[in-house]
Amino acid sequence: MKNRYFFIIIVLFFFFFIVLFKGLKNPNVYIPELQKEKNLSRFEASDFYSNKKTSSLDILNDNNFYLINIWASWCLPCREEHDYLIKLKEQNLVKLIGINYKDNFKNAKKFLNEMGNPYSKILKDKNGTVSIQLGAYGVPETFIIDKNKKIIKKIIGPIDKKIYNEILLIIK
Amino acid sequence: MKIIKFLPIIFLYFSLFSSFSNEKNSQLENKIFKNLRCIICQGQSIYDSQSDFAESMKLVVKQKLDSGMSEEEIYIFFKDQYGEWISYDPEFNTKTYFLWGLPVLIFLLGGAIILRKLAVLKN
Repeated sequence: MKNRYFFIIIVLFFFFFIVLFKGLKNPNVYIPELQKEKNLSRFEASDFYSNKKTSSLDILNDNNFYLINIWASWCLPCREEHDYLIKLKEQNLVKLIGINYKDNFKNAKKFLNEMGNPYSKILKDKNGTVSIQLGAYGVPETFIIDKNKKIIKKIIGPIDKKIYNEILLIIK
Repeated sequence: MKIIKFLPIIFLYFSLFSSFSNEKNSQLENKIFKNLRCIICQGQSIYDSQSDFAESMKLVVKQKLDSGMSEEEIYIFFKDQYGEWISYDPEFNTKTYFLWGLPVLIFLLGGAIILRKLAVLKN
């Protein structure tokens, strides 16, 4: 009888030890599901230049691929990816929508003057709420939206050469 | 003249009423804040966190409440955007059946042990 209890305790001990030990090695930083297709939820934001309120339905009205890019002048990785955004614009395969995240208007304008403006439309996100409506985590972040207005890919972090080629493959 | 006498009372009534409803609203807000995880912080709800991300999320919750969304609808919205992990209330599904089932299992096991002990003592 005692032996059996002892055996059960040992088994339980090892069970919990293995479960917890495995858990130790799991990263406890959240990794979002990037591959899942998602409907784009409707959002409203004011225009970067005119301050006029517009809705996502008015902006994404063409039968076109769209790239929504969240950026800020204070964000260093945004500078790294900017050349790729300009290149994407030159390909004329996709329309770029910029969301200016928690930024100062003057600095943002200077950023665009220096680096070029790849966006066909820029929206303001002064307090970060627009990005959250989209399901974003921070800057830079890019969403690829297909012709059915579905988010088909989400890129967290700056666009590099590899991701640039991936985007081209998707939109072609 | 009589109306003037009653005016302060009416005023007090309405101001109390409005502060009461405000309090109710902020209680609900706080409840929702506590049930949503700040996904860029570790192990904190957005209620606990003062990070930029959490502050923006709080604003979105407030906007949604003002636009007439219910508590449940707000959770569904955030789960849609960020996945189930954002909620502190895990759903019952194939990934979580162990989590939900384990306490019941332990409870039953403990009960069985106690019953057996009692039976042994009686004998």
